Amino acid sequence: MTDVAWIGAALAAARPQAVAALLRYFRNLDVAEEAFQEACLRALKSWPVNGPPRDSAAWCIFVGRNSALDEMRRRNKHDTLPDDDVIPDAEDTESAMVERLDSSAYQDDVLRLLFICCQPDLPATQQIAVALRIVSGLSVQEIASAFLVGEAAMAQRITRAKRAMTQAAVAFETPGPAERAERLNTVAAMIYLLFNEGYSASGGDAHVRVPLCEEAIRLGRLLLRLFPSESEIMGLTALMLLQHARAAARLDENNNIVLLDDQDRSRWNREMINEGLVLVEKAQRQGLPGTYQLQAALAAVHARAARAQDTDWSQIDQIYAVLEVLQPSPVITLNRAVAVSKVRGAAAALDLLAPLAEPLAGYFHYFGVKGALLKDLGRADEAREAFNKAISLARTAAEAAHIRMNLDKLNS
Amino acid sequence: MFYCILCYNRESELQAWSREKEATVMARREAVAHSLATQGRLGPVGKLMPTTTAVTVRASREPLVLDGPFAETKEQLLGFYLVDCRSLEDALEVAHRLVGETGALEVRPLAQFYPGIGLQ
Repeated sequence: MTDVAWIGAALAAARPQAVAALLRYFRNLDVAEEAFQEACLRALKSWPVNGPPRDSAAWCIFVGRNSALDEMRRRNKHDTLPDDDVIPDAEDTESAMVERLDSSAYQDDVLRLLFICCQPDLPATQQIAVALRIVSGLSVQEIASAFLVGEAAMAQRITRAKRAMTQAAVAFETPGPAERAERLNTVAAMIYLLFNEGYSASGGDAHVRVPLCEEAIRLGRLLLRLFPSESEIMGLTALMLLQHARAAARLDENNNIVLLDDQDRSRWNREMINEGLVLVEKAQRQGLPGTYQLQAALAAVHARAARAQDTDWSQIDQIYAVLEVLQPSPVITLNRAVAVSKVRGAAAALDLLAPLAEPLAGYFHYFGVKGALLKDLGRADEAREAFNKAISLARTAAEAAHIRMNLDKLNS
Repeated sequence: MFYCILCYNRESELQAWSREKEATVMARREAVAHSLATQGRLGPVGKLMPTTTAVTVRASREPLVLDGPFAETKEQLLGFYLVDCRSLEDALEVAHRLVGETGALEVRPLAQFYPGIGLQ
């Protein structure tokens, strides 16, 4: 039996570039997807016999384009001629085709394909689902199981999302630097949402969602290959690698979440951590801090600590200080307060918390942190009050149990 | 003579491999490396991180530091083996045992070799 696993991987790797180039060529997503599908069918027949082509993406684009044009011509015999804008460059020479395949055109093609999945009117989960279908080529069944919904419901969601994408106006011209930067931002946010969709899964379903994290990392690396000096894409990829590296240590034998401090660090994936650390360092050389880089830098500090007690909290404090300036938010200040408590003590941290009382009045973690700081300062009554408030705001049993443990310590 | 066997493949394709596929390929390569080691012929072996981690320093009046691998190629340098071989035939035989279904192995004899300090 011929092993077709390598063909599957070659086609999966070729897919983003091939569909993106065919989309630019035909300016119609359905036609581009069908053309790629046809190229895949032909590859499955031809590659086992003739061996892999030197450039599988170019092969798929060429074969896909020709088969779609043949199909249109065949229809034309019975039908009227297609509009010019359906086949904008039907008379293209092959050399023009080859020219379009150079990497600078690929860059914007793939970015455009990812960008049109990010239709702002679509809910985030639909953007992700449709990107997984069109860019990654996951089957509807695979996507449905990753999102823990039925196949029919997912198929419907994707169809609806695709319709919205088809109707949206897409600029096919080469984007200017500002437009390109904006597209990169939007696409990076979508990839991180995809990652979080997999990462934030809790309990027994977490293992089902690992493919979402891996796919997000694959897209991050793809984007970084196309835009090798974008420090925020380095940061994004590093952040995902550093977080995903902890996957095996995040759940205990009963599938409960294990907090960072309590994780068995020998189970962290060193290869992923090392790659993440290198990317953080590489990004920082550019001297253009951004939120992904800073979050990755935070994850890097934890990754470097062999034990939880070795964590360099003053560095974490400094990173949060920069993040506070770049992206002011009470939650970031709250996180910084935790770092400050480890470096300068509970009293200094409590001072940072004072202005957060109003904006975080309904936030579980605010009261959890406040309670812990008050407890450290020996202000037991106030601590108890904060902990009780935290319990009333807890969203999961595990959160409430964690606070109750603190309350018990206070009472003993 | 010492031969360097340089492994080239399409990185994007390897990143699309299933875990089973990766495990199969690695197991086969480890078996080859193990047999070379027991014959006392295996030198350093390295798997490189993805090209996205690469930085290139190019000579210029002021050396240029560029993000990414030194050249855009269809297939990327992903790893290497250093093997002691009696002849080119022998080195090619090792390469045949290592080669997979895709990618390419470049067999290059070493002109000079400094063993270094045996990094651990």
